[in-house]
Amino acid sequence: MKLGIVVFPGSNCDHDTYHVIKKVLGADVFYIWHKETSLRLFDAIILPGGFSYGDYLRAGAVARFSPVMQEIIRYARGGGPVLGICNGFQILLECGLLPGALIPNANMRFLCQNVHLKVLNQDSRFGRHYSSGQVLRMPIAHYSGNYFADAETLQRLQDQEQIALQYCDSQGNVTEAANPNGSKLNIAGIYNDYKNVLGMMPHPERAAEAVLGSEDGLGMFKSLLERN
Amino acid sequence: MWKATIIVTYKPGILDPEAKTIQHALGSLGYANIQGIAAGRFFELSLDGSLSPDAAETKTREICEKVLSNPVIQKYSYELSEHES
Repeated sequence: MKLGIVVFPGSNCDHDTYHVIKKVLGADVFYIWHKETSLRLFDAIILPGGFSYGDYLRAGAVARFSPVMQEIIRYARGGGPVLGICNGFQILLECGLLPGALIPNANMRFLCQNVHLKVLNQDSRFGRHYSSGQVLRMPIAHYSGNYFADAETLQRLQDQEQIALQYCDSQGNVTEAANPNGSKLNIAGIYNDYKNVLGMMPHPERAAEAVLGSEDGLGMFKSLLERN
Repeated sequence: MWKATIIVTYKPGILDPEAKTIQHALGSLGYANIQGIAAGRFFELSLDGSLSPDAAETKTREICEKVLSNPVIQKYSYELSEHES
């Protein structure tokens, strides 16, 4: 299995993600420069966190026009697994692989803190090491993480079981008090229709070693490294 | 040369945290009668003067929809005018 991490100008979680896959899990992983136009070698693609193109215009808006993105859209439409973390999630929304948008946090603050997440609909390429309703602890670090979609889209996400993660309290209760950024339905992560694309605001790569306080994110990468 | 002045704002009903913060600040400065405020972004686009009016308009709209705004959450308006280059 070979994983690829896309590097845009301004990506800054690419090395953390690489470290987890290579050093913690001992798997094959390569960087993909945003000007690449071939992804054939890869079994899964990760769009890492960061501030691609300085978040100019809107977070993820410019990265979407990088040469590699056309290829990623084709790769994802062909069923290839794509994981977008934080800025990667923003890019997946901007390019239309996932529905909705991320707007600035309701309190207008950059949020850098640990959150609890409830796992839903874990039957996917990303969730094999998790169980339904499991509560995870991972950090968030973002200014634009406030998930928005119209009522019709939110209904469809629920009906088609596309919500992957919701902000919750330590007991797994999805409450307003546990919603750090104003996201609709406490959404922290969603799948596309075929569940081969996952976008999420929390950082699993920062929760993958006990010494860093949590290993709850490791399952996501383990899951990606397993064949169908 | 064509000049398009473009304004992008959030659609009504979408939380505009920046505008809310500004409104709050106005309140604390003692401006009591502010009913509402919207924040947005302004762009000025210069287009080749050889384009027909229709083509200049089509290009402007395309750029607004594809790049300058995110139609999920934002709306745009523009004014197009011809200038001596």
